Order: sequence, then structure tokens, then C-alpha cells
Amino acid sequence: MVKKAEVINLNFSYTDKKVLNSVSLPIYENRITALIGPSGCGKTTLLRCFNRMHDLYGSVKYDGQINLFPDQLNILSKEIDPIEVRMKIGMVFQKPNPFPKSIYENIAYGLRVRGVKKKSFIDEKIEDSLKKAGLWKEVEDRLHTSATALSGGQQQRLCIARALATEPDILLLDEPTSALDPISTAHIEELVTELKNAVTIVMVTHNLHQAARTADFTSFMYLGKMIEFGESSQIFTNPKEQKTENYITGRFG
Amino acid sequence: MAIQSEFSTPQSMKRRWRNFKESFIHLLLLVCAGSSVLVTFGVIYTLVSEAMPFFLEVPIKNFLFDTEWTPLFENPQYGIMNLISGTLLTTVIALIIAIPLGTVAAVFLSEYCSNQVREFFKPLLELLAAVPTVVYGYFALLFVTPILQKIIPSLESFNALSAGIVMGIMIIPYVSSLSEDSMRAVPLYLREGSLAMGASKLQTSFKVIVPAAFSGIASAYVLGISRALGETMVVAIAAGLQARLSLNPLQSTQTLTAYIVQVSMGDLPQGSIGYRTIYVSGLVLLLFTLSFNLIGQSIRARMEKKYK
Repeated sequence: MVKKAEVINLNFSYTDKKVLNSVSLPIYENRITALIGPSGCGKTTLLRCFNRMHDLYGSVKYDGQINLFPDQLNILSKEIDPIEVRMKIGMVFQKPNPFPKSIYENIAYGLRVRGVKKKSFIDEKIEDSLKKAGLWKEVEDRLHTSATALSGGQQQRLCIARALATEPDILLLDEPTSALDPISTAHIEELVTELKNAVTIVMVTHNLHQAARTADFTSFMYLGKMIEFGESSQIFTNPKEQKTENYITGRFG
Repeated sequence: MAIQSEFSTPQSMKRRWRNFKESFIHLLLLVCAGSSVLVTFGVIYTLVSEAMPFFLEVPIKNFLFDTEWTPLFENPQYGIMNLISGTLLTTVIALIIAIPLGTVAAVFLSEYCSNQVREFFKPLLELLAAVPTVVYGYFALLFVTPILQKIIPSLESFNALSAGIVMGIMIIPYVSSLSEDSMRAVPLYLREGSLAMGASKLQTSFKVIVPAAFSGIASAYVLGISRALGETMVVAIAAGLQARLSLNPLQSTQTLTAYIVQVSMGDLPQGSIGYRTIYVSGLVLLLFTLSFNLIGQSIRARMEKKYK
């Protein structure tokens, strides 16, 4: 197992509220890592550190490292341009957020932003990423219709395809199924499991079954601290920490 | 007292009184909403009924193709194109100023500046709309024109260029304010979605936010166009009173509105052809604003269908 990234002693605070307290964990290549924990535990904050989304808003402070392998580059360093970080690390949000453009233009967006102009290359990438996201069959004959006309589950798969088109090193999923019905959720879970051959995935989820089903590794967070990290099979069957056990058995959270 | 009451019968006083109040309010609201529509129809009726006799005397062919607009001269000519060209010329100049500047100002206010800066800038920008138009007229005539004359010596002292530019400045807030509102209404998740793809702020603003807000921005443009078409004082003061069939911005020109001002200040006998031309100009102006509004609406409808 090869490390794709590692978080070292990450502290994070909004104005005067500390949300992450010396968090460390490894992210393994071509594996799915789930971040679980009760609301407010800091898991989404942690996820959004990976692509420096916090830099968009003032009044946050953070220190520590997220090193990206193989170069062991600290992507939190002030010397690294957050836009370049986001070019390497894709993200899918809680609520499907296709742009109000055609299906085609949605996926082409990331490529165009990177200065790709060649139409044949873009066409190829669009087909490729839609196939990876399991959406190709459903939309191949209406690529130029509005993306917002798709169903919620299709929109979310489109957002995954959009992120995949630019071949990210890591794909961040922020509760990707929380706005979807059970059938779409099952679709996405299946897709995510297949995708790990192509990309490293970090996923925040409130759904413990989802973490147990799809993730190779799970980290349990509580009040801004990393309580336990391990293989999902171990976390969900034989947690070492009392707090983890309490949470996964539904005693709090 | 019991919070929950028994079911009442339809005949009970309580229910009758409530139904009466509801239908009274309904009527009141209908009257308020209807009054503005009624005024519009009243205006159209006045314009059409006063303009009709004009067309009984002047053939449509002359109206459209005469090369001069001299209704008050001895051998009157009625080439409305003379006034239309002046109106379109000043409007186009105004829009060349207002649409780019207004849109860019809106992007700045909505996407780039902090809340404090916006709270400082926005009222100042909107102040531009609060300046009386007669002040703008003299600003164009006595301040902008002399400056422009230093750059373009052949510029006449009454000219379409200066009036158009000042009119453009005047309508910037109409364009920017409405555009900014609709850009700010674009949900945060689209902004974050774009930025998470590695897009810069500039790319996000112009490739995602502006297209997503386009129906609102189009309304802002339409409002700006209507304002420019209907603007009176600035053009009457700074563009001159010389109706001519020309698109040369350096010369003086006359717009439909400026003509109405000019003629209505004289003492024309009521019912004469000259008097009718006031209504004819007004009707033509109304047709222009109306068609721009309809075009704007259909663009908006098409965008909404495409993107919603």
C-alpha cells in the first residue's frame, strides 16, 4: 500500500473557535478513506483543507501539513498556489451542483479552465469520464441539453464525471449521497467502489453503513480530534477506542 | 379560552364576516395591481387616438421615407427616420458606455469586493441615478463637450457623442445594480463548484456566474435600453435640436423625446398637424421601448428554459 497523502498535526480555527486539533492521518493510494463523526466534529472542515477551499473566506487560521506524495509537497504551504492544488484535487459536493450549462459544457469546463482547446481531445475525455461515472448510456444522445434537467442522482454522477475529466490525484466527496434517494445512493456507492482503481478517494459521510460498505479505511473524528483511524473492517467490528464504539453502536452522535 | 374551536357552519356570522373580509382584500389588491395596467392602456389610447388623424393626412410612405423632419415649416416634411436615427444613435452610444461598465461594476461588487467595500460603493453608484437629468444635461453640454472638443476639434457644440456618453454614465447604476442582485443570487455551491475545478475567480465570474445570472442581467440591459430611449433632458440640452438623418456622433441631432420637448414648448394650435406630431413621436417611442421589452423578455424566457 502506497501513501498518496498524509495529514500531519493539522490545526484549524474559525476566528476564535478551534475546529481541528492536531489531526494526523494517512491517505492511501487507490483506496477509499471515509471520515465519520457526529455533526460539528470537523470532518468537512478537514476535507475542505485538502483543496484549500477555506482560502476563499477570510478569518480562518490553519497550520500543519498535508503532504502530497510522491513529491511530499505540503499543499497547505503559503508558497503553493491554491488554484494549482484544486487542479490536482477534485471535489464533489453534498448537493449536486452542475453548472447551468449543457452536459457537454459541464464536463468540458475543467479542461477549458486548464487551457485545453482541442475539440477531439475534449470529446474523448467527455465520453471517457461519463463512462467512468456510469452516465454515458443515459446521456450520450443528449450531451448538448441542459445538465440541470437531469435527475438528482444523474446530476451527482455528472459532478463526479466533471471531477474525473481532469484526472485528479485525489477525489474529495463531501457527503455525496446525502441529498439523494436510496436507489441513486446505491448507484453512487457502486460507482465509488469501482472508481478507486482510477483515483484515490476521501469521503465524508454521515451514513455509517455507507462507510462500512465502501471505504477501505475509516477515521472517526470527535470534537475536532482524530479519535481512531484504521481499516474499516476493524473500526466497525472491533474498535479500539471506547468513543468509537459508542458512536458506531449509536450511543451518541 | 379554548384554542381550538368547534367547526362552524357556512351560515355562521363568523365565517361570513371572514369571507367578506377576504373578498374585500382580494378586490383591493386587484384594484391596486390593475391600476398600473389601466394607466398603460390609457396612455396607449391617448397616443393612438391623437396620432390617428396624422396618418389620415400624411401617407405612410412619406412618414417613413421623407428625408427631412420639418413639420413646422412651410413645406412640411415628415421623415420620422430623422428622429429615429438620432434616438438610436444616442442610445447606442449610451449603451456602449453603460453595458460594459455596468456589467464590470456588477461583477466587481458581487464577486470581488468585501462586504464593507460593497456597502460603501453601492450607495455611491446608485447616487448616479439620483442626480436630476437636467443636471446631467448641463454636465454634458458645459463639461464633457469642451473636453471632447479638445480631443476632436471638429466636434459641434451640440452633439450626439457627449449626450450619449453622459446618458451612458447616468444609466450605469440601472445596469449594475440589477445585474449585481442577480449575480449575488447565484447560489454559493455553483461558485464553489467552479473554484473547486481549479478555476480562477475571473473564470468563475464570467464563465459560471454571469451565464447563471443572465436572465437577470438581460433584464438590467433592457431596463437600461428603455431608459436610454426615453431619456429627454440630457439629449434636449446637449445633443441639439437639429433633426437629421445621420449617424454621425460628432454633429448635433434630435431624438424623439427632444422633439416632443421642443414642440410642446411652442404654442401650436390644438388639433393641427404639428400638434399631432407630438403624439406620433410619442407613439413611435412607445413602440420602440415596447419591442425592446418584448425582445428582452423572450431572451430571458429562452435562457430560463435552457438553464433551469
